[in-house]
Amino acid sequence: MKISASITGGILLAVCGLAFAGCNEELTRQDMANQPKYRPQAPSEFFPDGRSERPLIENTVARGSLVNDGLVVPKDSNVFPLPINQALLDRGEERYKIYCSPCHGLQGDGNGMIVERGMKRPPSYHIDRLRQSPNGYFYDVITNGFGSMYSYSAQIPPKDRWAIIAYVRALQLSRNAKGSELPESLRAKIAASGVESGGAIAKGEKE
Amino acid sequence: MAQIFHRSTNFIARFSLFSAIFLGGLALTGILALARSPYFTRQNIAREQPVQFSHKHHAGDDGIDCRYCHTSVESSATAGIPPTKTCMNCHSVLFNNAGYLEPVRESYRTDTSIPWVKVHRLGEFAYFNHSIHVSKGVGCSTCHGPVNQMPLVFQANTLLMQWCIDCHRNPEAALRPLDQVYNMDWKAPADQAKIGHDFAVQRKIRTTVELTSCSTCHR
Repeated sequence: MKISASITGGILLAVCGLAFAGCNEELTRQDMANQPKYRPQAPSEFFPDGRSERPLIENTVARGSLVNDGLVVPKDSNVFPLPINQALLDRGEERYKIYCSPCHGLQGDGNGMIVERGMKRPPSYHIDRLRQSPNGYFYDVITNGFGSMYSYSAQIPPKDRWAIIAYVRALQLSRNAKGSELPESLRAKIAASGVESGGAIAKGEKE
Repeated sequence: MAQIFHRSTNFIARFSLFSAIFLGGLALTGILALARSPYFTRQNIAREQPVQFSHKHHAGDDGIDCRYCHTSVESSATAGIPPTKTCMNCHSVLFNNAGYLEPVRESYRTDTSIPWVKVHRLGEFAYFNHSIHVSKGVGCSTCHGPVNQMPLVFQANTLLMQWCIDCHRNPEAALRPLDQVYNMDWKAPADQAKIGHDFAVQRKIRTTVELTSCSTCHR
């Protein structure tokens, strides 16, 4: 009698234990604010490196990035693979100010804020070597880095790299344009300001 | 038979009825106020990070554009936490032997992630997309506050649904010229109501009915 009572008690206890073991918070309480899914850049306990975002597998190409093939220009080529227009230059100016101006400065002299803070000073875009460098050279430097400049390929997509190159060319031209090559309206403006229009314009504005 | 209760107990009965309602209301108000308090919303509470990264220094004093690090803000739902390589663009040279940057260098050396603490966290039942907001002219600081003055980032707003809806009911108040979206110091001009209305028309901002529809944010 006594033994059967304790056996019944034991079985009851085991059943209860199993039933309560099911009450794991994660299983029973589905909170809609914390859903069992990964949000971008969320940590993961599943992968050994703790990242839910998986790196690109070696020798594979991300879907959609083949369209950039036409934008890859060899280092020594002066090809410019996109039509140059005001929209591209405006985009280039904006991207230049975000990604390049911290070191290269707003006018490309290599005196940006980060250089003032102690970064190695990059060469000015207005030196002869860089004025004569082909477009492909700039593309290569943005893509792969150069000296203490790291690669910007992760931050600047290929089309924007070309927009930036167009803008850098505009910056270079701004200090070497002949007054006589300017459109009539701008020449009138310069004549009115009293600056000599025959030689190079000291600080040209993009117009 | 003598009466059990004295006349004066009538007052106690009335008073207890009144105070039941009053105390109930007070308790309800208290609960609602608590749910809106920084204790739950975590508004204005700076979060410790694995590295003492200062937005005040980088975005404020150095004037680095938000998009230098948060590269995907214009093209995707999330602004993106930068990879450690972005830090190393400068810190391979600057402060490259500072002790407090060792976690950054270690992360770069060993190709492991820095476990940054997420500050602005919406419930996962809410669909939010950064790119649509910035491309329609809602500035960073409208939601994130003056990040360029924050040594450690905190949530400047409650992120409660009420706060989202306030703006979706009246988006004109937050619309800026498109070149001012990333300007942390932008202040609404006196004629914002008119300018904002013009922007809303130009940029084809949807009607308030559509903007406050449930499925706009809960998809």
